[in-house]
Amino acid sequence: MFIPHTESETGEMLKALGLKSIDELFEDIPDKYRFPKLDLPPALSEMEAFSMVQAISQSNESTQDLICFLGAGAYNHYIPAVVDAVISRGEFFTAYTPYQPEISQGTLQAVFEYQSLIAALTGMDVSNASHYDGATACAEAGVLAFHHFFGKRPRIVISPSLHPHYRETMRTYLQGYADVDIVGDESGVNPLLHPDQLVSKVDESTSLVLVQYPDFFGRIFDLSSLAESVHEKGALLGVAVNPLSLGLLKPPGEFGADIVVGEGQSLGIPLSFGGPYLGIFATRKELVRKLAGRLVGESVDQQGRKGYVLTLTAREQHIRREKSTSNICTNQGLMALASAVYLSSLGKNGMRAVANLCYQKAHYAASQIARVPGFAVLDDVPFFHEFIVHCPDSVEEINLHLLDHGILGGYDLGCDYPTLKNHMLIAVTEMVDKEDIDLLTEILGEAHHG
Amino acid sequence: MQTPSDLKYSKTDEWVKLDGSIAVIGITDYAQEQLSDVVFVEVPFAVGDAATKGKQCATVESVKAAAEVNFPVSGEISEINEALSSTPELLNTDPFGKAWIVKVKIKDAAELGDLMDAAAYIKYCEGRH
Amino acid sequence: MAEPTVFELSSPGRIGVRYPVPDVPESTMPDGLIRNSLPLPELSEQDIIRHYTRLSKLNYSVDGGLYPLGSCTMKYNPRVNEKAARLPGFAGVHPFQPVETVQGCLALMYNLQLTLAEISGFKGITLQPAAGAQGEFVGVAIIRAYHLSRKDEKRTKILIPDSAHGTNPASSAMKGFEIVPIPTDKDGNIDLAALTSACDETSAGLMLTNPNTLGLFETHVLEVIRIVHQAGALVYGDGANLNALLGIVRPGDLGIDIMHFNLHKTFSTPHGGGGPGSGPVGVTENLVDFLPTPVIDIIEDGSEDMAPLYGFRTPSHSIGRVKSFNGHFGMLVRAFTYISMYGGEGLRNISEYAVLNANYLLSRIRNEYKLAYDRVCMHEFVLEGRWDDAPGVIALDIAKRLMDYGFHPPTNYFPLIVHDALMIEPTETENKQTLDAFADALIAIALEAKNEPDLLKSAPHVTPVGRLDEVKAARDLVLCCWIPDRED
Repeated sequence: MFIPHTESETGEMLKALGLKSIDELFEDIPDKYRFPKLDLPPALSEMEAFSMVQAISQSNESTQDLICFLGAGAYNHYIPAVVDAVISRGEFFTAYTPYQPEISQGTLQAVFEYQSLIAALTGMDVSNASHYDGATACAEAGVLAFHHFFGKRPRIVISPSLHPHYRETMRTYLQGYADVDIVGDESGVNPLLHPDQLVSKVDESTSLVLVQYPDFFGRIFDLSSLAESVHEKGALLGVAVNPLSLGLLKPPGEFGADIVVGEGQSLGIPLSFGGPYLGIFATRKELVRKLAGRLVGESVDQQGRKGYVLTLTAREQHIRREKSTSNICTNQGLMALASAVYLSSLGKNGMRAVANLCYQKAHYAASQIARVPGFAVLDDVPFFHEFIVHCPDSVEEINLHLLDHGILGGYDLGCDYPTLKNHMLIAVTEMVDKEDIDLLTEILGEAHHG
Repeated sequence: MQTPSDLKYSKTDEWVKLDGSIAVIGITDYAQEQLSDVVFVEVPFAVGDAATKGKQCATVESVKAAAEVNFPVSGEISEINEALSSTPELLNTDPFGKAWIVKVKIKDAAELGDLMDAAAYIKYCEGRH
Repeated sequence: MAEPTVFELSSPGRIGVRYPVPDVPESTMPDGLIRNSLPLPELSEQDIIRHYTRLSKLNYSVDGGLYPLGSCTMKYNPRVNEKAARLPGFAGVHPFQPVETVQGCLALMYNLQLTLAEISGFKGITLQPAAGAQGEFVGVAIIRAYHLSRKDEKRTKILIPDSAHGTNPASSAMKGFEIVPIPTDKDGNIDLAALTSACDETSAGLMLTNPNTLGLFETHVLEVIRIVHQAGALVYGDGANLNALLGIVRPGDLGIDIMHFNLHKTFSTPHGGGGPGSGPVGVTENLVDFLPTPVIDIIEDGSEDMAPLYGFRTPSHSIGRVKSFNGHFGMLVRAFTYISMYGGEGLRNISEYAVLNANYLLSRIRNEYKLAYDRVCMHEFVLEGRWDDAPGVIALDIAKRLMDYGFHPPTNYFPLIVHDALMIEPTETENKQTLDAFADALIAIALEAKNEPDLLKSAPHVTPVGRLDEVKAARDLVLCCWIPDRED
């Protein structure tokens, strides 16, 4: 355990306080409820505790044991050893929020660099220090848009091909705001619609149009005409990205996005059964004062030495309290650091290389699966590293069969989209070999006949 | 602390100068001193919008605080000081002159009735903190 | 010498991480969708390691020393937690895997739900919220949903003590509530008379931090809760200060209806330089149906020779999803591991020593500093950072001078109700020698304040940078430093 006091030290301290026992410090607690006995297992030593959790971890199957074709917003990528080496340094991971900049320049500069790397990757002017994840970043985009128009434009248009979790989270967050109306993904709407088809829902009461790029189904669209139409109506365009795909694809800053959000898990963050992940948020400089979350800015001290400091903090909860635009108190500090290390280590060449590997392998997989009788690949629209496969049987059954052969199959789209029953979303990353893809194709062939 | 005698003052540290039927509005020397270095001013209205006495008129941000400026009178906004968006620090250096925030066309001079004169405002400030 | 940025260290053509060439036939790229320039830096692995190693040396951290930050509970972060979270059977698991393949993860989460419920006296637990502030948001959303479910639309106000943390009113406002501040009395408790008159049929709830941000246990907590319940409102407990209550009292037993936990405070998960945290929420029996989705539950009962099947469930009146996937699983593993090393009695030791440490430290400096409220404190206490005979010296100056003595400053300017507040929480993982050294530094600084105030006003002197110009930072607003590609 981590309580260092010896018996004699405890005695000295009690003596200094004029007390006989520690219990005397708790006299303010109502008698009836004081010192409850907690019904918990007895304490374990470190050795026993680790052995126990290790056994628990071993009862799971993981992407270490299985060939992974599962994506849908969280991806199995290779994390270079250098990332963990940096974030395991105690000076980084046991540091507090950098409110005292003189002794936090390590964290502050690292976050400043993260902001810069994200701005460069997305083609936007400025990035904040991160949100919890892609879903909450989308919610914050809605909050920003609401406040940008002073509440006078209560409608938000979202695409049905925005990740289901992001859409749900936006609704949970925005229900508290007066008259906010989120439209675009109603049941009955074709989930595979072209983003330009959202324009009919955009009017003068719309603050934000939010789409995903590549979308939840992996598809890539040219969004420049959507951007024009949205701006014509005076609304903001938000784009939720897969940041790894931006190693290859045109960044939203180049085609008129006002806000770029996204899930940063693919940038050097382990899958870890869903979290902690990283919410990316970048925007144009005109919108910077409406940004929620932390921001690191550059400054100088009295001797003219360059330094970094949290800035525009008057926006935040600890000063504005109920007038702050959001209650965000934290960012995902260590995850932002991990992604900064990932982006700097891969750099220009590495990011292009890994995005290209994903693209190439996914397209090979698509072409192979398309040749399996009974299976059809939806490839009328360009895609990045995920694509939809129309299966002859239920996705659940096919996946059970794949699992028997050590393969983790794709996402069952029927769970979220009733018109996409028997449709599987397959993701392919650089972690998968040609042999793995050939094996997948072979087993799929069996699954249908089996 | 400066307190020009030809102005009227609100309990929430706004000043008003009546120019015919136009009320010029800003914040006082006391207010800018409390805020310290102003870095941002936002007026969430357009010319022609209604001004409602007691409701939010503008937000002023410094490094350590953000404060609401309230309309001390009701009427229609006739002008907004654009200079403050590029040079917010004017609020610290010239709060009664170049750093006026909005001008409001009022219907009724009686609106200013419950505002304090300079002497009353000085006394009011002395009693604070 | 300032450390250059990764962009300044970049050398065109330098390769960092190498990847193999594709092992599949080439596919063509879609027209017009590919980017031309990618202005990311080009560094070798050694460049990266040196750069970040040098940056790390500019940081203060728990590993390096005491953080006496009130309400932050900066306790030591055990290394075994890190080892556990990195196990491949945890780190390598995809959140959408079939539940049959992740029973270990689900069992751990289910177990943690039960454990937190036992510790706090609540019936239902959600592990979804990503941080304390998000836990608060969930709490406020549940309060709103609860009243609406009873068709009570009049309840539009949340009562918040004036000593509360800024996230309390911020979270309430996010759900459209009006804030009613409740004053603190001269003993550091909620003013009961003010509370009674504020509580009526428009009150949705009270947000209570206990012990409060003054480090004091609400002497009349049972009465406070009774008053609020009588008015038909709910009591939300901000669990930031739970480190004082483990095994001492269970908030659920006192009548609190909803409470959030901070795993990164009470349960030792690391602060990471500003996250990730984790903010589970506990609720009473009548609120379990409102919890966010998903909750971990047994979806198929076990038998003598078969373990139960764990899975996800959406509560019948759930407020909805608050983030993607399954909460901060990596932090849940750490907290679970930590708790297993303490057991019930060990958890009580944590709070006993957290409170002993705070009181001992207070006893060492109470002659030199004015105590805001003269009572036995819990795990933290609040001082005034100023003296009548040291005019011009403010809490900020004391904070900056402490850095010259090798300590991170305490929380300052919070709570707002104390002038020049210094909020100090040592936690239970600090030994007596460290407490004495910190007390000695504070005493030395008090003397300097009277005799050599300039030492404080111009502090810090020995840190990598001095006080930074925050006005310049906000006015010039330089928020990034990437360099466009030469190709552009």
